[in-house]
Amino acid sequence: MQLELGKIKIEDIQFAAETKVFDSTLFINQEELLEIIGEDSRITNINLDIVHPGDSVRIIPVKDVIEPRVKVKGPGGVFPGFISSEEMVGSGRTHVLKGAAVVTTGEIVGFQEGIIDMSGPGAEYTPFSRFHNLVVDCDVKENIKQHEHEEILRMVGLKTASYLGKAAKDVEPDELETYEHKPFVEAAADYPSLPKVGYVYMLQSQGLLHDTYVYGVDAKEILPTLMSPTEIMDGAILSGNCVSACDKNATYVHQNNPVIEELYKYHGEKYNFMGVIITNENVTLADKERSSNFTAKLAEMLGLDAAVVSEEGFGNPDADLIMNSKKLAAKGIKTVLITDEYAGRDGASQSLADADPSADAVVTAGNANEVITLPPMEKVIGHQNFADVIAGGFDGSLEADGSISVEIQAITGSTNELGFNNLTARIY
Amino acid sequence: MLEGKKTAILGDRDGIPGPDMSNKLKIVHYLNQFFGQIGGEDKAGIPPRREDGPIGPGAALNNSLGEDAEIVNTIICGDTFFNENLEESKSEIKKMLKAINPDLLIAGPAFNAGRYGVACGTVAEIAKTELGIDVVSGIYPENPGYEMFKQYAYFVETSDSAAGMRSAIPDMIKIVKSYIDKNGELGSPEEEGYMPRGIRKNIFAEERGAARAIKMMLKKLEGEDFETEYPMPVFDRVDPVDPIKDMPKTKVALVTSGGIVPKGNPDHIESSSASKYGEYSLEGVMDLDEENYETAHGGYDPVCANKDADRVLPVDVMRDLEKEGVIGELHNKFYTTVGNGTSVANAKAYAQEIAENLLADGVQAVILTST
Repeated sequence: MQLELGKIKIEDIQFAAETKVFDSTLFINQEELLEIIGEDSRITNINLDIVHPGDSVRIIPVKDVIEPRVKVKGPGGVFPGFISSEEMVGSGRTHVLKGAAVVTTGEIVGFQEGIIDMSGPGAEYTPFSRFHNLVVDCDVKENIKQHEHEEILRMVGLKTASYLGKAAKDVEPDELETYEHKPFVEAAADYPSLPKVGYVYMLQSQGLLHDTYVYGVDAKEILPTLMSPTEIMDGAILSGNCVSACDKNATYVHQNNPVIEELYKYHGEKYNFMGVIITNENVTLADKERSSNFTAKLAEMLGLDAAVVSEEGFGNPDADLIMNSKKLAAKGIKTVLITDEYAGRDGASQSLADADPSADAVVTAGNANEVITLPPMEKVIGHQNFADVIAGGFDGSLEADGSISVEIQAITGSTNELGFNNLTARIY
Repeated sequence: MLEGKKTAILGDRDGIPGPDMSNKLKIVHYLNQFFGQIGGEDKAGIPPRREDGPIGPGAALNNSLGEDAEIVNTIICGDTFFNENLEESKSEIKKMLKAINPDLLIAGPAFNAGRYGVACGTVAEIAKTELGIDVVSGIYPENPGYEMFKQYAYFVETSDSAAGMRSAIPDMIKIVKSYIDKNGELGSPEEEGYMPRGIRKNIFAEERGAARAIKMMLKKLEGEDFETEYPMPVFDRVDPVDPIKDMPKTKVALVTSGGIVPKGNPDHIESSSASKYGEYSLEGVMDLDEENYETAHGGYDPVCANKDADRVLPVDVMRDLEKEGVIGELHNKFYTTVGNGTSVANAKAYAQEIAENLLADGVQAVILTST
């Protein structure tokens, strides 16, 4: 499988009469877009806003962030299983509007939705302040139940990103990157003297607001399975997921999985990157045992010498992380885990809900309990009044002047456990 | 509703303004009877006393600090008195510190003197958690005072005996000076020269996490030394208690970390990282219904729990068992908090208080439900 990612630099977004990309600017025909995404009769209102890095803008509560893309060559299409068919992706050519993103917001669905500040101290913690964002603020009918509410907002986000992506179809990319993944037997034969490494990609699957989709399948329904890294780079996995804002993997992060990008860097030179094992984080012990057993077995079948394991969420999934660590280690596979920490606001507590001596190589994305004060912004998109109840907020988080004191777990993407950011924690 | 322990929810200087660095830094020095120049073991029984200015090793400290800072008072307490009259010593010393209101506390150095080390650590804990005063101290790493109280003070490493005073004093002065220069925001242990406090602090690394992970994996693969970013902790193990022999005579309570609360969450228990727990009456409650109960928990799918909170806190089934005589009675209160993202230290503090309340109410067994 060979995938070409054609990256088109976007340095500005503007509303205009026609949706197109010209001179690194994405122009959007608002009416046309609203017609497409507003067709669901359960939606009562949609507002669109464009925000840029450095703007005095706060978006709250954020549900998902998505990168606009389009398939230009080869099988399949964007967001398989939802927008496109179940055709396999990961080969051919896909165009990406690099620097642009779709952010969905609206009335709160659950507790675990986040904040994106486009400037100020909060902007340093969220990776999404660096993009030109089209914010879709979507309201639904009052009697809509939570599961449906989440689904409506998810689809609005995907439809928006897919509509915008189409503007990139005939644009010459500024950069063209090629990634290849060969059939396992061939891949193993390519570099027989190099150690074989893999990636264990844990997908959040605990339930409402804690779901991840693989080709449209809820990840809690899967047995761990093998995937080509190019499939993931081509959008086979997406978020239905609002686990604590800080460490959920927004769809954008799945599309741009940094572990996969980094693993490709030394592939063929220092190791042989064999592929990706996706697994889930279900809530029952039987599921946890089965999935971690299955994961270790697949790693053994691939003949892996080492693996990077990334977690999503915290607490309950710490148990899955540690089971994976133990069982991979028992097969003689050297592992590095990526997690984040809940060490208390003072940083003095134990950081994970589970631990094991096999977990001797851990990368941390920071302590999510650390408190930050976000100054007031000139403009708030969404609903600021939820600051007290979202995960990471507390009674009195929102001050009268519009400033918000919260744990950084309320900031979207701040402690991402795919290692998307530079934030980390150390012993002081 | 009961508030969580204040110490457990305090962040660094939570709500307390940092030291005023525009004037001379006001320092209090804590010493035992020996270094306080009162006497040896025969004087170890003296209660806390407050003296003006620096005493003993304080003189050398004070001289080196020059114009930037001044030891305004010295508090001296006998090691035996301190450890045998712990509560009295603590409250007396707290009173003194409150009256002086210093910007910084220096304690010791204690070297390898066990009782003195614990006293320095205890005083540091009071200063830091109850008064928001930062503490600089010196101690031998194997002194139990370090392990017990390391999070409350910047301890410099000293030798095991007072013969090491000559190097301990300049090391402590270095920390105090840096503390003044950096407005109270000290850097990492390696940068500043204090022993790790076991406090996790966020920093921005040069490379993103994924790049650091691949580099760590390469080192592990090649058998090179690597440093984990999070050393695994050792967890407490709780031994199971003996089985209950006479259930029909047992008073059972329900306690949950699943966040079940009266509708509207009257005490605003947080959806994650709970800073408190709730105590609510079950008097006359036979069944938890949708109109009156819900979950405040933000870490699981709340739809089923909100529809029927008995699924998390099984009051209905317990009432059946009560009626059938399987259990003696259901305790007329339940305790609840949100386990989601709540630190171990907070959880432990709530559990201790809840257990004390349950014992006081004559409860003999608890069903603890989690989610």
